[in-house]
Amino acid sequence: MIELHEVKKAFNQGRPNEFWAIRGVSLTIERQRVTVFKGPSGSGKTTLLSMIGSLSRPTAGRILLDGRPISGLPERFATQVRRDTFGFVFQQFHLIKGLSVLENVMLPAYPSGRDHRSLKQAAQALLERFDLAARASSRAEWLSGGEAQRAAICRALINQPQVLIADEPTANLDSALAQSFLTIVGELVAEGKTVLLTSHDPAVFGSPQVDRVVEVHAGRLLESG
Amino acid sequence: MQHYLARQRYLIDYTVASLLRHRSKNLGLLLVYTLVVFMLASVMLFTHSLRQEAEQLLSAAPEIVLQRLLAGRQELVPASYLEQMGRIRGVSERHGRLWGYYYDPVVRANYTVLVPRDRPLAADEIVVGAGLARSRGLGHGDFLSLRASDGRPVAFRVADTLAADSELISADLILMAEASFRDLFAIPAGYYTDLALSVRNPREVRTVAEKLTLALPDTRPILRSEILRTYATLFSWRQGIVLVLLAGALLAFVIFAWDKASGLSAEERREIGILKAVGWETADVIGMKFWEGALISLGAFLLGYLLAYLHVFYLDAGLFEPVLKGWAVLYPSFHPVPFIDGLQVATLFFFTVFPYTVATIIPIWRAATTDPDAVMR
Repeated sequence: MIELHEVKKAFNQGRPNEFWAIRGVSLTIERQRVTVFKGPSGSGKTTLLSMIGSLSRPTAGRILLDGRPISGLPERFATQVRRDTFGFVFQQFHLIKGLSVLENVMLPAYPSGRDHRSLKQAAQALLERFDLAARASSRAEWLSGGEAQRAAICRALINQPQVLIADEPTANLDSALAQSFLTIVGELVAEGKTVLLTSHDPAVFGSPQVDRVVEVHAGRLLESG
Repeated sequence: MQHYLARQRYLIDYTVASLLRHRSKNLGLLLVYTLVVFMLASVMLFTHSLRQEAEQLLSAAPEIVLQRLLAGRQELVPASYLEQMGRIRGVSERHGRLWGYYYDPVVRANYTVLVPRDRPLAADEIVVGAGLARSRGLGHGDFLSLRASDGRPVAFRVADTLAADSELISADLILMAEASFRDLFAIPAGYYTDLALSVRNPREVRTVAEKLTLALPDTRPILRSEILRTYATLFSWRQGIVLVLLAGALLAFVIFAWDKASGLSAEERREIGILKAVGWETADVIGMKFWEGALISLGAFLLGYLLAYLHVFYLDAGLFEPVLKGWAVLYPSFHPVPFIDGLQVATLFFFTVFPYTVATIIPIWRAATTDPDAVMR
């Protein structure tokens, strides 16, 4: 369970261009559910997601993971939480160019110093599962949009995280690929993962795979369904 | 520990893959870097080897050479000085030496002519250095005609040539009998060019030299240690000239390497953001960049040093030979004895590998400590 208590986030605090992206959000996110944050561009949904995923710290307020505070941790511990608990699928996928798909998938596990053979096997199994085995040795930049997203999902899952975070996952996909992504999301939840998405695509927050939609507007929650 | 090593292995793996992505750029850098190390290491190895050689050769030279001065210029020493200096404690042996220079207009070179004490030669016999033998095309049994001080030609038969291993100093040498030497240069009997004294205890050398200047006020003692120091200075000076010539190239490389190492492209920044977002710690990113700098600079260092070693000790330092050696007109053919000085290697390592590695880490440290949420924006 993830809990947010009066979370606020300011950028350029104390400067003339100070901007409050999140203005006090309290929220509880259940396990094994698909939660979508919807809202227009600049509403603060991505900022909220990056704080939940320990990519950044709130300016005020607390975030708890299973009752354990994760928002005020020193960088090293925050990184460890991020690596072990969260898997990220970015809007632009952010695969590293020049590296093979297999290397990209294995990348998040490098700092853990896992046994190389078992890591490679795990990565290959993920590629197999997401129908990318044939592209394992291809360079990341040679992949199509759908393939790149599936590779990004493999990368997000390599450390077996409890929570998968995807920022605007369907923004760069056609409707067929968007549907296929939602099917994958359904499978992951069935396996016990918690999935957090941001989207302003009705195909996503209207999908039957989605359990809850949280609407964000100007840094505040409007409603939750 | 095992976890740490496994982690470093992953970082190295990633670094190698990362370097291979920009293959031509990194290979170019490695090549230029290697060339710089090669040039520096060649100069260092070669001058060091020259110094060693000179030290080895001079180790058999007398501790003190006594010259007589007349109006500040060197003059022949009467043999009676050997008696006049009296018994000096610590001097184990003393004798007069005969040597001089002979200008040969045929090859436009000066020869060093010397009367050896340990090698009896007949009046018409000479032994010549390898450089001289080469330039005059002399072999065993050939004749060399020299012009005496009164103008008459004197023919000598080459009895032998000197071994090539001491060629650095003996390239232009002619050894001849005492009588022939006196005849050729018109040096009267009872006079020597200078006197040589052997002193067994090196700590007594200066005291002996002081006593000599008191007993024979018109003489000047020259110590072996001073000659060695002069050689060392001479070689350092030559090394300095080459290094100055290299300075321009070095500076260009430093600017190039610094620019390459310290400038972070937008793509590199993006990559660091991704790595941090997927769970890499700041220390991992810095570690990865450290390996990148270390692999390039260490690779260049090892490759450059190896090439320099081969260049100096197997190809006789062909590139720097004319500048770094040869105080005579006849160039000695010198084959340096392979030798590696730990301190020298450490110095070169410090000045080549260290700055580059540091230059790669500093900007990365700044980029790696920024928040990883940049990739989300």
